[in-house]
Amino acid sequence: MTINGASSEILLKVEDVSLAFGGIKALDSVSFDTRKGEILAIIGPNGAGKSSMLNVINGFYHPQQGTITYKGQTRKQMRPYQAASQGIARTFQNIALFKGMSTLDNIMTGRNLKMKTNLFWQALYIGPARAEELKNREAVEKIIDFLDIQAIRQKAVGKLPYGLQKRVELGRALAAEPDLLLLDEPMAGMNSEEKEDMSRFIIDVNMEYGTTIILIEHDMSVVMDISDRVVVLDYGRHIADGEPHEIRANKEVIDAYLGVSHE
Amino acid sequence: MNFFIEVVLNGLMAGVMYSLVALGFVLIFKASGVFNFAQGVMALFAALTLVGFMDEFGMPVWLAIAGTILVMIALAWLIERLMLRHLVNQDPIILFMATIGLAYVLEGLGDILWGSDVKLLDIGIPHGASDYMLDTFDIYIDKLEIFAAVTAAVMVAVLALFFQKTRTGRALRAVADDHQAALSVGISLRTIWIIVWSVSGVVALVAGIMWGSKSGVQFSLSLIALKALPVLILGGFTSVPGAIIGGLIIGVGEKVAEVYVGPMVGGAIENWFAYMLALAFLLFRPQGLFGERIIERV
Repeated sequence: MTINGASSEILLKVEDVSLAFGGIKALDSVSFDTRKGEILAIIGPNGAGKSSMLNVINGFYHPQQGTITYKGQTRKQMRPYQAASQGIARTFQNIALFKGMSTLDNIMTGRNLKMKTNLFWQALYIGPARAEELKNREAVEKIIDFLDIQAIRQKAVGKLPYGLQKRVELGRALAAEPDLLLLDEPMAGMNSEEKEDMSRFIIDVNMEYGTTIILIEHDMSVVMDISDRVVVLDYGRHIADGEPHEIRANKEVIDAYLGVSHE
Repeated sequence: MNFFIEVVLNGLMAGVMYSLVALGFVLIFKASGVFNFAQGVMALFAALTLVGFMDEFGMPVWLAIAGTILVMIALAWLIERLMLRHLVNQDPIILFMATIGLAYVLEGLGDILWGSDVKLLDIGIPHGASDYMLDTFDIYIDKLEIFAAVTAAVMVAVLALFFQKTRTGRALRAVADDHQAALSVGISLRTIWIIVWSVSGVVALVAGIMWGSKSGVQFSLSLIALKALPVLILGGFTSVPGAIIGGLIIGVGEKVAEVYVGPMVGGAIENWFAYMLALAFLLFRPQGLFGERIIERV
């Protein structure tokens, strides 16, 4: 089932990527690609290397082997700054918000690279710096409306309930107007209502802005519902790749993951 | 009563000086988690450079100050390049030791460049008793100290605004909060470190000017860093207002204690009062008055 019109253009291609920490192989020559505009889910049991994969894509980890081709440019590794400035934004498995700062400020940091005035103007807080601040503030207000979090605009995020924090974190990633959005377990620890909200946001972002999304998720019903394609990892190896209905029927996947209870 | 007010006011003024040094510590600690042992020496180095520019090169005051600010920024850049960059992801204790090394390097550099004799620093800040206070309230305060207090207040206000309202200010707070998340939104840690060390350098310059104008630029200036330590324990290592209020409390506390309790125990309380207060705080409120509470999950 394809929800949207994912084009056939490849946005990101990961080839033969291997990553080891000492003797532990987190990723073992993994290859897959993402088409522009699609929602790709990465699934697999705990420790399968899913988060490591996202960390490689946005440059936190540097693989020992393999290449990453993003927007037609092939690299041995990404760097976080490079990834961010090329339009890759992300959220984290264990929410990584700036806890002391307000919701608004957190989302404003997402616009860091959209703002260009130099330190001098900023220090004086006049002229271009002020105009820019206001312009970006508008963009952030739009995101706040979209995510329906107006009520917590000025609250320090450290004190917010978990579900809302996840939403703010998504907001910060969206503020960068990314081309590729990496979501690491966006629905972990949520109740079913919150999961529904989050699914809706993800689909809306994908449809409205054509943002390509790679997400890691454990809830199979959600994965099967919202993703266009699924990549399955197990012990750092790529074991399957296909549309949700294919994955559901794949023998190896069932053995490795779906058929076995991990509760 | 007048005498008591005078003691308190004098304490407040001394406290402002402590606050200025502590402020530099807090800025760096907040943004990079580094306890910069060299903060006091940076104040000394800045003051030495300023005097050197004025005396040896005959620069006018404004040019010498601008020059010194440039030197402090260059220093921040060098520190990032030669030191911090190579110590990313090391334990805080390693970074702390590196700053001890930095303190010695800077002290030696200051000595080589400008000599080790005590120098007079006069950039035209008014000093001597404030006649107005003396005539109207019969209270003795040095004008220099009023000037220092006002300067500190302005500087804190500017820093607060900068931290709250600007992109770079937000980025600084973001880095202080979570390195990974900051990287993921495209904040460059290196740029932030250079900025924060530069700002600390400028704060150090202001502290150096105030201390230097009061008691001459001498190498014992670097020892005020030690007094800033109890200030930080009191105020909390991560709080800008904490640094200010901690400094004031210690300034007032030690003066009042010296004058009123001193005679009972044979004096010289001023030298250890701050440390005793810090010790009490460590026992009962280790995060300080304004610091973030450290809760370890087990």
